[in-house]
Amino acid sequence: MDASSEQAVIRVRDLVVGFGKTIVLDHLSLDVRRGEILGFVGASGAGKSVLLRTIIGLLPKRAGTITVAGMNLENVTLADLRRIGRRWGILFQQGALFSSLTVRQNVQFPMRENLKISPTLMEEMAIAKLEMVGLSPDDADKIPAELSGGMTKRAALARALALDPEILFLDEPTSGLDPISGGEFDSLIKTLQRTLGFTVFMVTHDLDSLHTVCDRIAVLADGKVVVEGPMSTILASEHPWVKAYFRGKRTRIHAQ
Amino acid sequence: MSDEPVLISKRRLGGRVDITASGAWIAAHAEAMEQQVNTVVAALGKLQAMQIDLAGVRELDTFGAWLLERLARQGGAQGAEARFTGVPGHYRGLLEEMREVNRRPAAAVAKPNPLLKALATIGRTTLSLHDSLRIFLDMLGALSLALGRVLLQPRSLRLTSAVHHLYRVGWQAVPIIVLITFLIGCIISQQGFFHFRKFGADAYVVDMIGILVLRELGVLIVAIMVAGRSGSAYTAELGSMKMREEIDALRTMGFDPVEVLILPRVLALVLALPILTFIGSMAALYGGGLVAWFYGDMNPSIFIARLREAISVTHFQVGMIKAPFMALVIGVVACSEGLQVKGSAESLGLQTTTSVVKSIFLVIVLDGVFAVFFASIGM
Repeated sequence: MDASSEQAVIRVRDLVVGFGKTIVLDHLSLDVRRGEILGFVGASGAGKSVLLRTIIGLLPKRAGTITVAGMNLENVTLADLRRIGRRWGILFQQGALFSSLTVRQNVQFPMRENLKISPTLMEEMAIAKLEMVGLSPDDADKIPAELSGGMTKRAALARALALDPEILFLDEPTSGLDPISGGEFDSLIKTLQRTLGFTVFMVTHDLDSLHTVCDRIAVLADGKVVVEGPMSTILASEHPWVKAYFRGKRTRIHAQ
Repeated sequence: MSDEPVLISKRRLGGRVDITASGAWIAAHAEAMEQQVNTVVAALGKLQAMQIDLAGVRELDTFGAWLLERLARQGGAQGAEARFTGVPGHYRGLLEEMREVNRRPAAAVAKPNPLLKALATIGRTTLSLHDSLRIFLDMLGALSLALGRVLLQPRSLRLTSAVHHLYRVGWQAVPIIVLITFLIGCIISQQGFFHFRKFGADAYVVDMIGILVLRELGVLIVAIMVAGRSGSAYTAELGSMKMREEIDALRTMGFDPVEVLILPRVLALVLALPILTFIGSMAALYGGGLVAWFYGDMNPSIFIARLREAISVTHFQVGMIKAPFMALVIGVVACSEGLQVKGSAESLGLQTTTSVVKSIFLVIVLDGVFAVFFASIGM
């Protein structure tokens, strides 16, 4: 193994995941390096979210190994999941905020469960996290149903960052946002990543996100990673789907 | 260097305080960090200026950064804040970020007067009674309109859906209804024999079972069971459809949700409940007869002969007439509550509970109204 795989925070080797007779991920291997933002692209239904959900332990795998932050996720128990859960934060596509709790309680939930801290500090930290993701303290007492799409994503990001995770998983963070809000959200992630120094694994469809925030990109096709590397490598790829996606009509604006 | 976060405070001449922080200032040590900061703050007293040296900080995250920032805000005279020195380069951004947060004082939440609060709750509950009546009548009206349209144009009835729901609320409910009413019949019979025997009135147990089951218990037990079993399912189904905007989708396609979703459900219930009542009553009588045979030493042929004398078709009619009305009440309550569901999972649970409680209450009220009605027409 070379030096780059030493710093791999997430290491996936020969992963096979399938449902019934269909094989979604077929001997997939992927490294996510410490402190980078990795964009993970692929056609709809190609299995991007499947990989994400398998890494975080929501889907069973058939074969292969997954190592996250040096921990092999083989036959993990709920207690293991909880221990590792402190070290990663996950932003689900729809936010997955607890609908019966206020935004403040949503952010405080992981802190309350995992840390022994005073109510005052927890209060201050919740507001601090909300302000860091660009929400105002006035939003803290709203319930998730009262938030707009962009605010939901921000609140969910604040909850994902509640414990200062080493790894942040993002499932289509900009889907459902207009390009301007999407761009703002992207730069927010970039800024936070720079300040807090976490590693980001981002499943996305958004070419703008890929261009502006991702350090490296991995492309999923036919159940495998067909090409990975910085944007220049991806653009040089001759894989038909990659060519169609990155050099198609809808991307002309970026080529200029 | 130790992992534990350490804070050392030194007082210099002229009220100046130098503080040195070292170790890992991360969330895992939150408790220790907070203690350290609180101790230092408590010992500060009057001071002119404060300086915090972070050269020894090995690890820092938002929790540590915020606690140091909070310490810094305490320091310095006349609102001036302490300066950080020796900040490791890669943590500078984080500390700067923390300088910005929690600047606005938290809005003071006024504590409401408990008496006023109690009065407000009573007022709100009273108003909500009015609301729930309106919701019920709204749904009844919409349902009548939809029924009228379907009668004018019988082809627009969703027959498949109605049959599907009839299968679910009728056929699939049979086993549990039979079991419960059978057991109730057994219990009444046993209690009847046990107590009536004391004054030699064994024979009248049959009268009691027959009249009680056919007039009241059969229909009431079945209606309550159906409200709990099918009414709650209706509310939950319609509620989650409402949450996922399926009902809005239907409406924008030009369909009336009442006609498409609710009418077939209510129709199925109105058809199923009388049938279930009949089956349930028979099961209760059967259970009563069985207990009479084994516990009350009453031969089945005698039981049947007594039953024939004790009951008339009127008793049977009284029970059966009530069934479709109770079904209507259950259906209307269940569906209207389902449409009241808002975005959250909690509201779905709340409306389902409300639906079951309300429909059981209304079923019993309706039973009372019918009792008065049948008494006045001499049935």
